[in-house]
Amino acid sequence: MQTTDRWRFDPLGEAALLATCAETDMEAANRAALALAEAITRAALPGVGAVVPAIDSVLLSFDPFHISRAEIEGVLRTLTAIPPPAESAERVVVIEARFGGEDGPDLAEVAGTLGVAQGALISALCARPYRVLMIGFAPGYPYIGPLPALLNVPRRATPRAAVPAGSVAIAAGMAGIYPARLPGGWHLIGRTTAKLFDPTRAEPALLRAGDRVEFKAI
Amino acid sequence: MSALRVIAPGGLALVQDLGRPGYEALGVPRAGAMDAFALQAANRLVGNPLGAAALELLGGGAEFVAEAITLFAACGADLEARLNGEQIAPWRATRARPGARLSFGGRTGGWGARAYLALAGGVDAPVVLGSRSAYLSGGLGRPLGMDDLVVAGPAWVDPDRIAGQAWPAAHRPAYASDAPLRVLPGPHAYLLPGAFAGLLGARFTVSPTSNRQGLRLEGVAFPHRLSLPSLGVLPGAIQLPPDGQPILLGADAQTTGGYPLIGMLIQADAPRAGQLLAGDGLRFAGVGEAEALAAWRELRGWVVAGVEHDEWSDAAGAG
Repeated sequence: MQTTDRWRFDPLGEAALLATCAETDMEAANRAALALAEAITRAALPGVGAVVPAIDSVLLSFDPFHISRAEIEGVLRTLTAIPPPAESAERVVVIEARFGGEDGPDLAEVAGTLGVAQGALISALCARPYRVLMIGFAPGYPYIGPLPALLNVPRRATPRAAVPAGSVAIAAGMAGIYPARLPGGWHLIGRTTAKLFDPTRAEPALLRAGDRVEFKAI
Repeated sequence: MSALRVIAPGGLALVQDLGRPGYEALGVPRAGAMDAFALQAANRLVGNPLGAAALELLGGGAEFVAEAITLFAACGADLEARLNGEQIAPWRATRARPGARLSFGGRTGGWGARAYLALAGGVDAPVVLGSRSAYLSGGLGRPLGMDDLVVAGPAWVDPDRIAGQAWPAAHRPAYASDAPLRVLPGPHAYLLPGAFAGLLGARFTVSPTSNRQGLRLEGVAFPHRLSLPSLGVLPGAIQLPPDGQPILLGADAQTTGGYPLIGMLIQADAPRAGQLLAGDGLRFAGVGEAEALAAWRELRGWVVAGVEHDEWSDAAGAG
């Protein structure tokens, strides 16, 4: 394990490593993780394979017969020593959704749990753009947040075997959008017709980590 | 051009190549062969590039009829392949005449889950994000079914020249051995003292709920309450959910997960892990990174070295 002040680099086998940001503030850690992932990708080091940014970490796979762990850690120490650039060119993607009713079967229950009116919950979600912290779980699935404490509910006790495509859901202080019919443990509060993932598009995923998402009730 | 009609798909028949690396940041799993060594060997035997698409056959029961003169090789698990009822050697390029029946009885020799059936020219299937690999939970591709026609592209090498060539027995992973799978400590092992050491001392059984996404391991559990923000994961990583039953991630594993990673399978032992079936027993052993790299270098060397050239010339000479 190698550390800098804010980062630790742990091996994940002989051909990958996990860089984790020690920053306690989730949003700051996420900004640092996304900036590092972008810097590694831009450096285009020969022998580096997957670069997977997540909430507060970056997973990196590499071919150890082309580039050594020591070399990669050296590059990472250099990259993490540079303060992340101010994010100026964030894309804002508007996601139009219908909330409640058949489209959001869990809205009433979640509002009850949170002790707010359904309308107030939706207003809070649509009040401002939130950040795509990472893409994971399924192709194109965005983890959006962090949401205000008002919207922070734990995951459902029992996950659903199948959630309809386009479902807008919240859990664990984040919002998500199901790109396809998938099993899911988040609370379904709305539904969008936006196509989150389409492998035949030039840009298969509608959203990328670092984008901002503005929900709009229709 | 080689072509097979599916009479029965057996346990699960999928088109697989070396997967679609490069889309992990979009949440797209790599997928690809669970035993990439056997896939590459089968491809080399029939004159294909290493990463050509082939059929991944899970367990026995698959049956095909050749619709054209077909050069094929089945590598990986010995699923008791028969051509027109006659048992044939795996790990060998074999010709089938139109109308010939190729069937797979099931596991022999007490080990193995998947056979890779390569056809000269490579199995044709739509390319999605750079790969022909089926990824069922993502809706890419589908299992082969009765009456499907599996067609190969034009052969890269004249099938008459290479029919009969075999893969050296000494140049295969130690599939049949009950040697432990070798692992390195994972990035979160230090947060769960004792869990990695416990993993090394335990005997596990592959649970019936296992699939290409992951093998759930039963036998000993290491429950914990450590919660982590979601992070990137890779095939071969050993996750420890709160119930403490380890999950060894497979080729179709999601790109991210929220469970601590207590270990990582070494690359050289990934082919053997890809050959585990529900009910199989397994153990883990710790190794150092140097040993992991040496074992992987040896395996890669075997893929490069390829076929048994003496047998190849004998077979060609015998016509």
